[in-house]
Amino acid sequence: MPTLNLAGAGRLLVLVAVFLAGVWSQSSGVIDDFIFYLPDVHYLAVQHLWLTVMSGGLAILVAIPLGIWLSRPSMARVAESMMQVLNVGTTIPTLAVLALSMSFLGIGTVPAVFGLFVATLLPIARNTYTGLKGVDPALKEAAAGIGMSPTQRLLRVELPNALYVIFAGIRTALAINIGTVPLAFLIGAGGLGELIFTGIDLYDPVMMLSGAIPTALLAVVVDMLIAITAFVVVPRGVNPGRA
Amino acid sequence: MIRLDNLTKVFDTPKGAVTAADHISMEVPSGEICILLGPSGCGKTTTLKMINRIIRPTSGKVFINGEDTTSLDTQDLRRNIGYVIQQIGLFPNMTIEENITVVPKLLGWDKAKYRERAREMMHMIALEPDAFLKRYPSELSGGQQQRIGVARALAADPPVMLMDEPFGAIDPINRAVIQDEFLKMQQDLKKTIMFVSHDIDEAIKMGDRIAIFREGKLVQYSEPDELLAAPKNDFVESFLGEDRALKRLNLVKVRDLASEEIGLVRPDDTLATALQRIESYGYVNSIVMVNHKRQPVGIITAPVARTTQGHCRDHYQSVPVVVSLDDDLRKVASLMFAHDMTWVPCVDDDGRIVGQITQRAITHHLGSRYRAHSKGDDGVALDEASPSSAPKE
Repeated sequence: MPTLNLAGAGRLLVLVAVFLAGVWSQSSGVIDDFIFYLPDVHYLAVQHLWLTVMSGGLAILVAIPLGIWLSRPSMARVAESMMQVLNVGTTIPTLAVLALSMSFLGIGTVPAVFGLFVATLLPIARNTYTGLKGVDPALKEAAAGIGMSPTQRLLRVELPNALYVIFAGIRTALAINIGTVPLAFLIGAGGLGELIFTGIDLYDPVMMLSGAIPTALLAVVVDMLIAITAFVVVPRGVNPGRA
Repeated sequence: MIRLDNLTKVFDTPKGAVTAADHISMEVPSGEICILLGPSGCGKTTTLKMINRIIRPTSGKVFINGEDTTSLDTQDLRRNIGYVIQQIGLFPNMTIEENITVVPKLLGWDKAKYRERAREMMHMIALEPDAFLKRYPSELSGGQQQRIGVARALAADPPVMLMDEPFGAIDPINRAVIQDEFLKMQQDLKKTIMFVSHDIDEAIKMGDRIAIFREGKLVQYSEPDELLAAPKNDFVESFLGEDRALKRLNLVKVRDLASEEIGLVRPDDTLATALQRIESYGYVNSIVMVNHKRQPVGIITAPVARTTQGHCRDHYQSVPVVVSLDDDLRKVASLMFAHDMTWVPCVDDDGRIVGQITQRAITHHLGSRYRAHSKGDDGVALDEASPSSAPKE
C-alpha cells in the first residue's frame, strides 16, 4: 500500500511544518504582534460582518423576488435580455462599482453597502431565475393540471424544487461579498480592509495578515452556515445532501 | 360524460397558423374509457389538454356531465378532473402522502379525512401505506411512481379523468400489470376517462371506444371491435396494421362464439360408439370423454377407436386442453395452434363441459364482419361505423 504510506508521510510532514512554524513564531515574537492587533481585529470584524449582513441581506431580499419575477412566463420575452444586463453588471470590477457609488453617495457606510449590494445581487438573481426555469416542465404541468393557482404552483412546487440552486447562488454571492468588503475601507466604511490596506502601506505583514486571515475565516464560516441552512431548509426529496 | 363540441386549436407559429385540432366533436358516455389514438402530431394530446385548459381552445366547447365548462373557473374545473401525465410529474419535494393529498387539500378537506383517503388510495393501488406514505418519489420505481400518479389523480374522486400516455414510460411487463390493475379499478370506479395513447394494442385492451386522429382531424370513433372489423379508410387500416383481424381475437370471449353442441362419450360407452360419434360430429381426431358430472376426464382418439375393441374407460388419453368461457379468443387460437386441434372443449367454473369452440367458428366470426364491410359501399360503411352497430352485446 504505497499510497497509504505516502499519505502518512505527508501528514507527518505537515505536523512537523506546523510545529516548526509554531516554534519560529514564538521565538520571533510574531504571536505577540498578532495579539497586539486582537482588539482591532475584533472591532473591525464586527464592522466587516455588519457590512456583509446589510448588503447581502438587501441583495437577497431584492434578488430572489427579481429572479422569481423574471422567471414568470409573462416575462419570458424580456427575461433573457434583462439577465444579460445584469451579467454585464458583474463584469464591472467591484472597485469601480464602489468608486462610482462613492461619487454619487459620498463616503462612509451607505455607498459601501450600496456597492456591495450591487455586486452581490447578480449571482442570487441568476440562480433564482435559472433554478426556477430549470424546474421540470412536467412538474409545472402536473401542478397546473391538478388545479393549483399560479401562486400555489410557485410556493408549493417551483420554489421548493429550485431552492437548492437558489441556495448555491446565495453561497457564491456571500463568499464574494465577504471577500470584497475589505475594499469598502477605501471609501471609508471600515471593516477588516483597514488592517489589510494599512498593513500593505506600512510594509507591515503582520498587520496585513491580521486583517486577511480573519477575512478568510469569516468567508469560510459564513459559507458553512449557509450550507447548514440549506441542508435544513431544502426539502428532503430534492436535497442531494439528504438523499 | 364528456362531450366535445367543435373543439378547435390553431397555433400561431413563425411558419404560419397550424391547426392542431380541427372541429373535434365527440362524446364519451359516463363510465367509459375513450382512447385517443394516432401518430405523433395528430392532435390527440392537444384535444385532451383542451379539456382541462392546459391548452386554451381557439373555439369550441367542452361539456362535462352536460355542463358547459367555459363558464367554470379554471382552477375549480381542474380540481374536479383527475390528470395523469406520461412523465408522471410527482412532486419530488413532497412525500408520497403529500403528493396523494394535494388535491383534497386544495379542495379544503380536513386533515383526518384526507389522511384516511391517502391510506385508502394506497390500498386501492396495492401498495402498503405504512411502507410508502412517508417516502419520497425518488425512492420508488417507475411503475410504483405511476401508480402513485394515478392515486393522486383519483384522490379527490373526480368523475372525469384525463390520462396522457400514462403508461408510456413504463417497461412492457410492468405496463401490462398496471393496465390490468387499472382496468380492475375502473370496474368499480366507473370514471369517465379520456386516454391518449399511440399504442394500438393498449388502445384495444383499455378502450371502450377508440378515436383515431390524423392531422388534427377525428377520422374514426368506434368501439374497438367495430374499428378493427371496419376501418373507415386506408389511413385507419394501415394504422391498425396488417394483423388487425388477429388483434380482434383479444376482444371476443369464448362465451360469444362457443356452441353448446358437443359430442361426448361416457366411460361405459364402447369404442364403436365413440367412433360413430366422432364421425357424426365431424371430428377428425378425437372425442371427449366425461364423467357423470360432465367433467372431461380424457379423450378417445380416432385411430384407437377404429382399431380397438372395448370400452372407452380403458382406452382414453389425457385431455390436452380446455378453455373457460371467459377466456379470449387469442388464448384459444394460441392453444389450438400449439396442440394442433380444430376445436377445444369449453368448461364452466365448476369444470363441467358446456360446449365447444371451433377454429371454423373463429375464422367465420372474424371474416363475417370483414366481408360485411368489404361488400358494402364505402359511404354506407362510414355511416354505419357508429358504436350502436357493433356486433357484441
